[in-house]
Amino acid sequence: MYVAVKGGERAIEEAHRLLADARRGDPAVPEITLRQIEQQLALAVDRVMTEGSVFDRELAALAIKQARGDLFEAVFLLRAYRTTLPRFGASEPIDTSDMTIRRRISATFKDLPGGQILGPTFDYTHRLLDFDLAGPDPGGETPSRQATPPADPLDEPIPRVVDLLDREGLIEAEEPDDDGEPVGDLTREPLRFPCGRAARLQNLARGDEGFLLALGYSTQRGYGRNHPFAGEIRLGEVDVELSPEELGFPIAIASITVTECQMVNQFKGSASAPAQFTRGYGLAFGESERKAMVMALVDRALRCAELGEEPVSPAQDEEFVLYHSDNVEASGFVQHLKLPHYVDFQSELVLVRNLRAAAGTRPAA
Amino acid sequence: MSGYNFAYLDEQTKRMIRRAILKAVAIPGYQVPFGSREMPLSYGWGTGGVQVTASVIGPEDVLKVIDQGADDTTNAVSIRQFFARTTGVKTTTRTDRATLIQTRHRIPETPLREGQIMVFQVPIPEPLRWLEPRESETRKIHALEEYGAMHVRLYEDITLHGRVATAYDYPVRVNGRYVMRPSPIPKFDNPKLDRNPALLLFGAGREKRIYAVPSWTSVKSLDFKDHPFTIEKWEQSCALCGAGDSFLDEVIVDDKGGRMFVCSDTDYCARRREPTR
Repeated sequence: MYVAVKGGERAIEEAHRLLADARRGDPAVPEITLRQIEQQLALAVDRVMTEGSVFDRELAALAIKQARGDLFEAVFLLRAYRTTLPRFGASEPIDTSDMTIRRRISATFKDLPGGQILGPTFDYTHRLLDFDLAGPDPGGETPSRQATPPADPLDEPIPRVVDLLDREGLIEAEEPDDDGEPVGDLTREPLRFPCGRAARLQNLARGDEGFLLALGYSTQRGYGRNHPFAGEIRLGEVDVELSPEELGFPIAIASITVTECQMVNQFKGSASAPAQFTRGYGLAFGESERKAMVMALVDRALRCAELGEEPVSPAQDEEFVLYHSDNVEASGFVQHLKLPHYVDFQSELVLVRNLRAAAGTRPAA
Repeated sequence: MSGYNFAYLDEQTKRMIRRAILKAVAIPGYQVPFGSREMPLSYGWGTGGVQVTASVIGPEDVLKVIDQGADDTTNAVSIRQFFARTTGVKTTTRTDRATLIQTRHRIPETPLREGQIMVFQVPIPEPLRWLEPRESETRKIHALEEYGAMHVRLYEDITLHGRVATAYDYPVRVNGRYVMRPSPIPKFDNPKLDRNPALLLFGAGREKRIYAVPSWTSVKSLDFKDHPFTIEKWEQSCALCGAGDSFLDEVIVDDKGGRMFVCSDTDYCARRREPTR
């Protein structure tokens, strides 16, 4: 006698216990601490903060630990927490020319005011596995800092490269929005199309790095080519200021690490705009250089309509890019295929059997 | 549950969602964009339905949650537990005792009554999506009521296959105006949408849309005069309760092609098997 499968409730409880055990792994191995994750897996923390839209290293580290290192899952945990937080208001725009700079490079000028600062980068490392890090006693690593401290602290304002070009009119001017305008929030209001650059940049900032990387790459290979140069990439700390209504003037409430990328793109001009360099913009929390760069490439690609370019490639298609960039949405919907679909499948079985029966009664074409 | 508001969402968010629901009720079948929140369950698992339920549920409600018609499928269990923990309301598996029913992919066989609310989990709210992927275009099509392309699609099915080859999520017209996706219910359930005494609410979390079919509203499955809409039929009856009028799940019972058919609606099946008193 057939008995329908029961016990979903107990199965779920047991699955959660198994998951907790799997997360902890071999109890003989010491448990990883949030501090260790935050310090030694810092770039994972940065990615989770960026795509999770929360600047909090400790919470991001907790999410990574709870997610067993699955960064998509960690982003999701952080987002689900974020959504419960009250909103106090919007900060003043951060001023990246006032950044305390740790890294700053330009691919368009050999030298420039403020100089090039290589900073901590993988760029010129040889990708050879360093077996010293795998030693039997990794704690035996030399505890002292190895880098020479910078000669001068770099905390005086350093102008942005695009602002230098700006003075010549070679690069399009960028007019800031009216300060009085309320700042939209994608996490409170649904996307509408055409969506405007502010909402688009919010979406790209939260967007999946891998998805945007592939799209940015596609523009370099001819799908919506826009001739980019890395005008400037800078990494460092900026103050976040808030003007409480009762004070009427801004006060610094935090210092955050950000990576900013200004792409400079050749533009031959169109019916609606003269020949000049155009811009793409990328900004991400922490040290997230790849993310900031691809965000800038895709931002520029999506400006095609505004610049009178014909949108022909995926990276130029606003709805396509912005509706599919979010990895929490994408991962959820792809994985929901694991949920039962027996009713729909049964309907399809009935349909396919009927179609086959009907075809069987007809002579072969 | 301590640390969280009743039904998880804060009151401001609930109010925003209720406004969207009111608009949806006022314009039957119209997809209202809303500020869908990130929920502690995954997109695709019913985030839209959960937000709608959270916004309308009160302490006196009795909640039923089904997935594929069954109360004991894992996701139905998980969502029922979520609301049991965050609201403390009574839950039930009985369709007739519930005031609020959240569902994925089915409408119960037991007829609903006035005063009940049914919340559908919706993956893709746009009925024209497979014809036109762009939201900016489909919104125009709805605004202009230019549904010709949908009829052409159904007509093409008939010329190719002799019938409409859509088995679930079969498009309907609501109140003679908006073409609507009934969520992936089998077309077997479509007739239950028409002039249903209950309020039917549809929530799509990832796509950030809410729509509604108010009580007693006309809902017609799209068809042609010479090819009227029909529903699935089985030669078998339910192997457990003998019902000949319910949607049947096919269960494979051995590796020799043996199979049996049982009601997908577990509550309906169980009620029929209870000894009559």
